[in-house]
Amino acid sequence: MSIPIDIVTLWAFIIAFAVFVYVVMDGFDLGLGILFPLFPAKADRDVIMNSVAPVWDGNETWLVLGGGGMMAAFPLAYAVLMPALYTPIIAMLIGLIFRGVAFEFRWRVQGERNRNHWDLAFAGGAWVAALAQGIALGAILQGIHVEGRQYAGGWWDWLTPFSILTGISLVIGYALLGATWLVLKTEGGLRDKAYHFCWYLLFAMLLAIGAVSIATPFLHIQYAQRWFTWPNVALTAPVPIAVAAVTVALLRALAKRQDSQPFYLALALFALSYAGLGISMYPYIVPQSITIWQAASPENSQIFMLFGVAVLIPLILGYTGWAYWVFRGKVRAGSGYH
Amino acid sequence: MFEGLDAVALARMQFAFTMSFHIVFPAFSIGLASYLAVLEARWLITGREVFLNLFHYWLKIFAVAFGMGVVSGIVMSYQFGTNWSAFADKAGPVIGPLMAYEVLTAFFLEAGFLGVMLFGLERVGRRLHFMATLMVAIGTLISAFWILSANSWMQTPTGYAVNADGQFVAADWLKLIFNPSFPYRLVHMVLAAYLTTALVVGSVGAFHLLREQHLAGPRVMFSMAMWMATLVAPIQILAGDQHGLNTLEHQPVKIMGMEGHYQSHPNGAPLILFGLPDQSEGKVRYALEIPRMGSLILKHSPDAPMAGLDTVPRENWPPVPITFWSFRIMVGMGFLMFGLGLFSLWCRWRGTLFQSRLLHVFALLMGPAGFIAVLAGWITTETGRQPFTVYGLLRTTESASPLAAPAVGSSLIAFVIVYFTVFAAGVFYLLRLMAQPPHPGEVGPPSDVPARAAGITPAIEGATR
Repeated sequence: MSIPIDIVTLWAFIIAFAVFVYVVMDGFDLGLGILFPLFPAKADRDVIMNSVAPVWDGNETWLVLGGGGMMAAFPLAYAVLMPALYTPIIAMLIGLIFRGVAFEFRWRVQGERNRNHWDLAFAGGAWVAALAQGIALGAILQGIHVEGRQYAGGWWDWLTPFSILTGISLVIGYALLGATWLVLKTEGGLRDKAYHFCWYLLFAMLLAIGAVSIATPFLHIQYAQRWFTWPNVALTAPVPIAVAAVTVALLRALAKRQDSQPFYLALALFALSYAGLGISMYPYIVPQSITIWQAASPENSQIFMLFGVAVLIPLILGYTGWAYWVFRGKVRAGSGYH
Repeated sequence: MFEGLDAVALARMQFAFTMSFHIVFPAFSIGLASYLAVLEARWLITGREVFLNLFHYWLKIFAVAFGMGVVSGIVMSYQFGTNWSAFADKAGPVIGPLMAYEVLTAFFLEAGFLGVMLFGLERVGRRLHFMATLMVAIGTLISAFWILSANSWMQTPTGYAVNADGQFVAADWLKLIFNPSFPYRLVHMVLAAYLTTALVVGSVGAFHLLREQHLAGPRVMFSMAMWMATLVAPIQILAGDQHGLNTLEHQPVKIMGMEGHYQSHPNGAPLILFGLPDQSEGKVRYALEIPRMGSLILKHSPDAPMAGLDTVPRENWPPVPITFWSFRIMVGMGFLMFGLGLFSLWCRWRGTLFQSRLLHVFALLMGPAGFIAVLAGWITTETGRQPFTVYGLLRTTESASPLAAPAVGSSLIAFVIVYFTVFAAGVFYLLRLMAQPPHPGEVGPPSDVPARAAGITPAIEGATR
């Protein structure tokens, strides 16, 4: 496959970048929520919350850019995908409501029982949102019934064994990101526990990557051809090899307990999986029915936004980086910034 | 529960419901972010501790309200796709970029600096912290700019063309962004946000003054809020009037709905004060009206002829009973605010601003008035746009997603349950925060951790300089 250089392709990469940044940044926030039930002690939970409290809102904003950007740059894809994914999207939104308000509400309660309610909202919201996002991904990959310029399927089409598999896989992946984040940001017993979970989660994640990779080519012959025919293999073969290399490095980092490394290696694992998805989907934005060119906005809409993106995304990355820098280092119980 | 309702009606109910909950939070946080910037600036300039205490006091409230605004806002941005996919496809090329710019220029700015604003004073020092507060405040205003531009384009579309796929595309981005109703709507809404916040701040100040007259914090916040009401309420009434004239020029049918003008009046239209609009009969029952006053206000001439809905095909009528009443509620609130401002000015002149219990009770009761006015105003302008999503060009019934009614009905029920539980809890926490007076040595956002409760002590302040 060859990738032409035009503004539509550029926009496909911009949207893909925004979605990827969302997936990894909110991924570790959501991962913390997924792991919350495993850390029942209040002191641990305070530290876990504090480790992301100053940045979670910025992380979630990438989801709005992914959605809003898609409506702007690929309105047809947005108009087809959102009704097709109606139930998982609504579930995700409701999950994110519970997760988001818990950041503030759990500090506003009086009494343990009420705090437990918002701890449950934080964890439950994260589980629902992660599962819904994974299911949505699976539903997109397996294909969507389109007629004319509209979604033409039913409102349960998204629910299949494959979408359940991708849903569970994403929960596992987010939990791994969350656990490695805790290794990076905490110390003492909390970090030891996080290390312990990292092992299980890494193996689970590898199983999940394997299962999705094996299942995907069976969905559509095009996926199989994309991955296994020459000359595509020259481009696709390095992906699994790189996954293996990152896995080895991650295992070593966990064994040697190098706090700063597992998180970044887990990010690399996500990046490779994401690249794999991109290879499978390209050049479709709704697999097997709508290409990025068919879905694209008129050129003047895309150019108008490109100016903004070119100037503003570097600026955003700059001040977001600064915010992370301000709150760098280990979060300690009792000296947290919350 | 939803028998007889089609998917489009349910989608409209869902959008109206989620939007009504959402709008309350940005209306409050736009004003509060600016208020926080003013408080911090006054602290930095004067060094008076009372401003820092007030800053921390309102910062905690801001954190909770902002959080609720964020989570309810994400729902809005996705509903364009989930429930209004035909609209997203057709209007996406023009509305989408405006919303994308809102995300890029405003949402990231707010979110990026919010963490530092909430938790970072000790880490970054006063100057950088003030910059973070300013960035959040500016972010809320930039956000208002883009979303009101998008909304105004749906009301008064200009600068567009239609392509072969039936999509709206930009012909002239400047004309599209600065469409005719946008400047009026922007001014009206930002002033509304400032008034809403001032009334809440004034109400909280009044509540504490009623209990104890000598606390510095409540006195300062009450005085600041009453200045705001005194100065901004009359400006808002003028701005609203101008916005109305602009609507008359570009959306005359909406004005007919707001005024209850079912009939044409060739010799001068009355001002219907109250009455019961009857949509099926096409007339206002029990109308209490002032002859020719409508023409005088809208056309500045008592005899000016005014067309009524009888000149408009019935399928293009807005739902007059809703538009008519919500408009009256908004205007009523506006004049109450004006009255509060005048009354407070009189008390201030007499030197009884902090003693007049009547003023304090009035201000306390006016706490929710801004929210009521904002909601009523939005209901007026949005129902007045019906039956179109893009005024005169794209009908609401042609904008909806191809979804089955049970799907939309289920999500509507889910939103109703979730919003009433989650946001009721949030409002409860907000009220509980407000029920405490600001204390000397007030600390910033949530602290459950004893070591942190020291907050910004004078020693740390010295150390960060």
